[in-house]
Amino acid sequence: MRALARASVAMTLQYRIEALGEALLSLLWLATALVPIWVVFGNRPAVEGWSYPEMLLVIAWFTLLKSFLEGTINPSLLTVIAHVRQGTLDFVLLKPADAQLLVSFSKVEPAKLVDFASSLALFAWALHKLHRVPSLLELGAALLLLGAGLAVLYSIAILVISIAFVAVRVDNLIFLFGSIFDLARWPSTIFRGALAFVFTYVLPLALMTTYPALALLGKLSVQTALGALAGAAGFALAARLAWISSLRKYTSASS
Amino acid sequence: MRDPRGDTTGALRHALRALPALLHTGFASVLAYRAEILIWMFATNMPLVMLALWSAVARSGPVAGYTPDAFTAYYLATLLVRLLTGCWVVYELTMEIRQGTLAMRLLRPIHPLLAHAAENAAATPVRLLVCTPLIAVFVYTSHRAVTHDWLLWLLVPVAIAGAWLIIFGVMAIVGTLALFVESAMGLFQLWLGLSGVLSGYLVPLDLFPARVRDLANVLPFRFTLSYPVELMLGRLDRAHALQLLGAQWAYVALFFAGTMLLWRKGMQRFGAFGG
Repeated sequence: MRALARASVAMTLQYRIEALGEALLSLLWLATALVPIWVVFGNRPAVEGWSYPEMLLVIAWFTLLKSFLEGTINPSLLTVIAHVRQGTLDFVLLKPADAQLLVSFSKVEPAKLVDFASSLALFAWALHKLHRVPSLLELGAALLLLGAGLAVLYSIAILVISIAFVAVRVDNLIFLFGSIFDLARWPSTIFRGALAFVFTYVLPLALMTTYPALALLGKLSVQTALGALAGAAGFALAARLAWISSLRKYTSASS
Repeated sequence: MRDPRGDTTGALRHALRALPALLHTGFASVLAYRAEILIWMFATNMPLVMLALWSAVARSGPVAGYTPDAFTAYYLATLLVRLLTGCWVVYELTMEIRQGTLAMRLLRPIHPLLAHAAENAAATPVRLLVCTPLIAVFVYTSHRAVTHDWLLWLLVPVAIAGAWLIIFGVMAIVGTLALFVESAMGLFQLWLGLSGVLSGYLVPLDLFPARVRDLANVLPFRFTLSYPVELMLGRLDRAHALQLLGAQWAYVALFFAGTMLLWRKGMQRFGAFGG
């Protein structure tokens, strides 16, 4: 694991100026993500019960998860798809470690560390504005939910890979999922009707950003938290089963 | 490398004669990559993400004159203009320059940028076709929020064409810059980031503080998106609309001149790789 991470960092450092430029651009993108919020709260004190710093907290979770999604999950996913297409997955399968683990962390984009760092800054800023220091219990619950959110993101990725064994052109699917994930930047309570249902139970965006933010605010009920953890476990189980069944179907493309 | 344009009027006549063929091949390649174009169009959802936020905000009363219906009309029109003005020349141009395949294009008796423009423009019918459901939704939900002035509607296609030309010009300039610097794409990302805020893509320009709005009014970003949208929603009176149309096409001319100048300078440096 550590060797893989070191190789990725070295790879990025070779393009130093580009890395710096990319870091600056990440900050610009973050600023453009905050502009709508600034305009909204210039007009209103609260939206659907969410104040400005509370909303920042949700955006912080979103930025954090997005840095994981774009920093490790997506790049690794693209590598696996290339493996499947070229038939080189055999070499991964032959290695004496669990193949799902190996492919999941095969590639890391250290440039996304900037997003990771800016999400931490957003957390600090939001909590400072709220004059709030979360209790250990709340912090623990939030971290647990972060784990659950990552598990769901990762499971969706594994499910996408499993599709790659059957139909090869799925890199577009990642692209599509990334754009749906953009909706997770707002608290899930702004959605009404069918969308609210979909983003809570079918594609649990609420679990990824809204619930952890509520946990930090001390507003999350134990019931909801447990439901979220159970849901994440269900997703992870489904992904593992899909992975095993598609490996069974996998026949090497080479001789 | 020889300048492929030769004398101007002859080259222009020549290019016009080749245009139908160029559009035809461009259309064929769009059909070949239809899945990619569809996915790209479906993944363009930022206006809908913003609509979700603003309709929640406007539920408790209009914001600066925008009711929930007005927001719906605004963001659907934004999505429509965005999808119709899509363009990808910057990616192709930088790739061709890095890989040296630009040399092939230069050997053809037609200006490479014109060829690119024709290929990109040829995608418009397909885009329009894909947008039909969106247009239907737009008409259904927003027919009361749009303008009923026929002159403004007459200006809409011209404004969309102008928007497309400005975007193409910026992309061509950044792409041509790849002849001078190694990573010009960063510059394009910068344009995209600024444009998200200053073109009205994320937030209607009316909602910004006066100082930001004044800035947005003179910069080119507004003319790539907000201006056609404002026409459709009837947020401009006739005189103002015509005045802005002039400003938009002045920008088109400016970017065209800039592209040509830069291209000529770049050609003096270009040496193909490989053999």
